[in-house]
Amino acid sequence: MSAETPHEVTVRVWRGEDRATGRFEEHTVGADPGMVVLDVMFKVQAEQVPDLAVRWNCKAGKCGSCSAEINGDPKLMCMTRVSSLPANEPITVAPMAAFPLVRDLVTDVSFNYEKAKAIPNVRLSPRGPDGTRRMYQEEVERVQEFHKCIECFLCQNVCHVIRDHEENKQAFSGPRFFVRLAALEMHPLDTHDRLEMIRAKHGLGFCNITKCCTEVCPESIHITDNAIIQLKERVVTEYYDPLVWVKRRVFGEKESTR
Amino acid sequence: MAAMATTALPARQGTLRRDLWWLEPALIFVLFTAFVLYSIYAGLANANYYHDPYLSPFYSPCISANCSHLTFGVPIVGEWWNLAPAIFIVGFPLSFRLTCYYYRKAYYRAFFWSPAACTVPDARATYGGETTVPFVWQNIHRYTWYAAVVITAILAYDAILAFRMPTASGGHAFGIGLGSVLMAVNVVLIALYTFSCHFCRYLVGGRHDRFFGRRVALRLFTLVSRMNTRHGFYALTSLVSVGLTELYIRLLAMGVLTDPRIVFGS
Repeated sequence: MSAETPHEVTVRVWRGEDRATGRFEEHTVGADPGMVVLDVMFKVQAEQVPDLAVRWNCKAGKCGSCSAEINGDPKLMCMTRVSSLPANEPITVAPMAAFPLVRDLVTDVSFNYEKAKAIPNVRLSPRGPDGTRRMYQEEVERVQEFHKCIECFLCQNVCHVIRDHEENKQAFSGPRFFVRLAALEMHPLDTHDRLEMIRAKHGLGFCNITKCCTEVCPESIHITDNAIIQLKERVVTEYYDPLVWVKRRVFGEKESTR
Repeated sequence: MAAMATTALPARQGTLRRDLWWLEPALIFVLFTAFVLYSIYAGLANANYYHDPYLSPFYSPCISANCSHLTFGVPIVGEWWNLAPAIFIVGFPLSFRLTCYYYRKAYYRAFFWSPAACTVPDARATYGGETTVPFVWQNIHRYTWYAAVVITAILAYDAILAFRMPTASGGHAFGIGLGSVLMAVNVVLIALYTFSCHFCRYLVGGRHDRFFGRRVALRLFTLVSRMNTRHGFYALTSLVSVGLTELYIRLLAMGVLTDPRIVFGS
């Protein structure tokens, strides 16, 4: 082979409909310049196993469909260049571990849709005397970060609270939904108090802030620092701060001035 | 190029990572264990914690009558106390660091393996997070922060006194020693760590949804948010600096080292 000949790339792809009986299959295809892992999957499909199940849509890192575990790291296949991975070993591509397997690299992420249904939408404050609602840029900037979420569910997948403990799925909603709840809770015009819901129904206390969700977020949302920890502090004020409790007993409940 | 079946690995029973994921928790484990062991030794030693004009940060503020150097000039605890004065103090910075959001991440990974690293399975079969005792007590973090602010102010006072060198005539003069520099650097790192805290960020502005008409809150929130991105860095560097400062003063007091210093006007 001359130096100009394209290198080959070898992948170990998970195949099967059951985690107990499935297996990794090794495939080698020709490498193209600038190739991403999703391109490799396309080549494997086209040249070797046409029935390989892969979910994808935009191939631009914006639809959140092609989430997988590449060499054990939860990533979007379309945003992971082959050249960024070790060249001297096969690339391992596995389905997300936190969700039920449908087939090959496709998982059933409906857990997330069920959790999403349990979050009430924004309830805007009444219009001002001039008939408008006003927000200021500095107030909105904070929640705009949370709206970057593309719902790839990589953060849900990496979160050990549900990844390693299936039994917690009932009581814990996961980082993606704390981002959603933070976007609503910190919304300058929202009037709905969601703190009890965040604590009890969505299980914020299960999070031990090991920050894996932040590490894997393809949109670089500071999930832990900007959403979860700030929500934790709000919950502490509401439910765990003895001085706030005493203050309320003495001076009575005060309307929120957040 | 034919397909070839290889190892069957149920994805949930192990990690597919092949990088050095264990290195960071291992280093944290070694650092924290070394610090805790040294702190126990130094905190209970009850000797060699003052070398004029340097007071070990582990013993500051020194408030009992048996202190080598009383921070406030007069004792707050009487002569009945004959154990190390550090015992009064150590709980405050310790509880601040123990409940700190950065340290929680670090020790949940390094000591509890919950998880040791991302996508590495938890060491325990069941998990309740911070919903049950004792971990629900992490919620006292805000009160430990108030104490940490007071301790930081006292360490800043100590650092200023560290430039007040004794002279041969029995008086004092302005001077700079290696100890003064270490104490100053230490208090700067501790202040950066304390004021980049997540609770501080919440307190100054994070608790608000609306910033209109709250210019000061917005400015402080922006500033602390910027500092907060380096909270973990400050947490570790201030831990190392406080340990090294204490060790340096201890070695001076024991006579093992001599402090290089320049004294002006002596």
